Amino acid sequence: MTRFLRQTAVMVYALVGFSLLSASTLVGTAHAGTPFPDIHEPTDKSVKCIQPEDVMRREHMNYILHERDETMREGIRGEPESLANCINCHVEPDENGEIAGIETDQHFCSACHEYTAVQIDCFQCHADRPQKYIKRNSHTSSLRQQLQQTLAASNAADKGVKQ
Amino acid sequence: MKKTENKTINNSRRDFLSKAAVAGTITIAPGVLLHSTSAHAIDGDATDLNTSVSTRPLDQEVSSKNRWGMLIDTTKCATGCTDCVDACNEENGLIGHNRPETDAQYIRKVTLKSKSTGHELSLPLMCQHCETAPCADVCPTGASFVRADGIALVDKHICIGCRYCMMACPYKARSFVHEDVKNQKLSAPRGKGTVEACTMCVTRVDNGGIPACVEACTAENHNAMIFGDLKDPNSPISIELKKHGGKQLRSDLALNTGVRYQGMNE
Repeated sequence: MTRFLRQTAVMVYALVGFSLLSASTLVGTAHAGTPFPDIHEPTDKSVKCIQPEDVMRREHMNYILHERDETMREGIRGEPESLANCINCHVEPDENGEIAGIETDQHFCSACHEYTAVQIDCFQCHADRPQKYIKRNSHTSSLRQQLQQTLAASNAADKGVKQ
Repeated sequence: MKKTENKTINNSRRDFLSKAAVAGTITIAPGVLLHSTSAHAIDGDATDLNTSVSTRPLDQEVSSKNRWGMLIDTTKCATGCTDCVDACNEENGLIGHNRPETDAQYIRKVTLKSKSTGHELSLPLMCQHCETAPCADVCPTGASFVRADGIALVDKHICIGCRYCMMACPYKARSFVHEDVKNQKLSAPRGKGTVEACTMCVTRVDNGGIPACVEACTAENHNAMIFGDLKDPNSPISIELKKHGGKQLRSDLALNTGVRYQGMNE
């Protein structure tokens, strides 16, 4: 019994010692300049986020996931928890008018996601910037041109088959 | 050798669909606009035709009280006009890569020619929004589904891009995204590796609007397309269907499509 107690005591001391040591190492390296992600703060301070920062840090993925299925399956729209709303506040052009895309570590989302090595798939389908910053050319004319070419080709092929 | 003309209903449908498939893959549409694109005043009748829209509050889920559908009058659909196709591409941010075989298309113009009479007609063909949709039947992940109000959709969040639905669809209505996509429209998220098709402009519909194709067709004063609630007996689409009837493409498959056609005479 005493032997068991002594062994436990030794283990506890060892654990405490180890954790103290690692904590001091962490603090030490932090002071030595651990790189932290550069997270863009929205310039418009009058708009408040839907939740406090600490809640958003932990829960943002759950909010978005919940809203995603409701919107997709049930057609419920206009909820404040939405990816588009995140993007609309947090993605802004820099002083040169350029927007850092999701592929850079300057983008609001990828800043943390790259830092924590968590892959982010949202932007394979969703735009990584607010709609107002997307310049769109009308593709209609080029599409129409393509269609004309296709038609001409298929007409030629048609004639070849029939006659 | 020429087949003997057997004019049973089933044969003509088969003829129609084989043509539709061929025409759809290669013909797509001539890009010539036969109609003036100058602003047309929408006449009273035209606006009235599309008054059946969603009144559901956006915080409530869709229900089977509505069934959204379209009625297309092929006699008013001009050969060569691609206003609906252009509007769709614009609305959904569909950009061609000069690869017609694989470029995404939600709606395409199909020209049909009757073998017996030589009568030609042109119609827009898109997802028919089946009630019992083959795409949803075969989907291994549940990504393809039909919403309670009858709109067939792809949940790209869980689509694995297997393209089984594309093979199952009798209308060749679906496309696969082969290229990386950037700067998507807010109402039309789309990305590489997923299947997509006409969504009946679901965001517009939810917000009490009408699909972009119907809007363009009406705005250009062709009035060949009516959008509305098939379950509301007083909606213009239901009244028109009751009065003059409408065809479902491949009605032999009993899919109960949400898109109906008129004027498909031989």
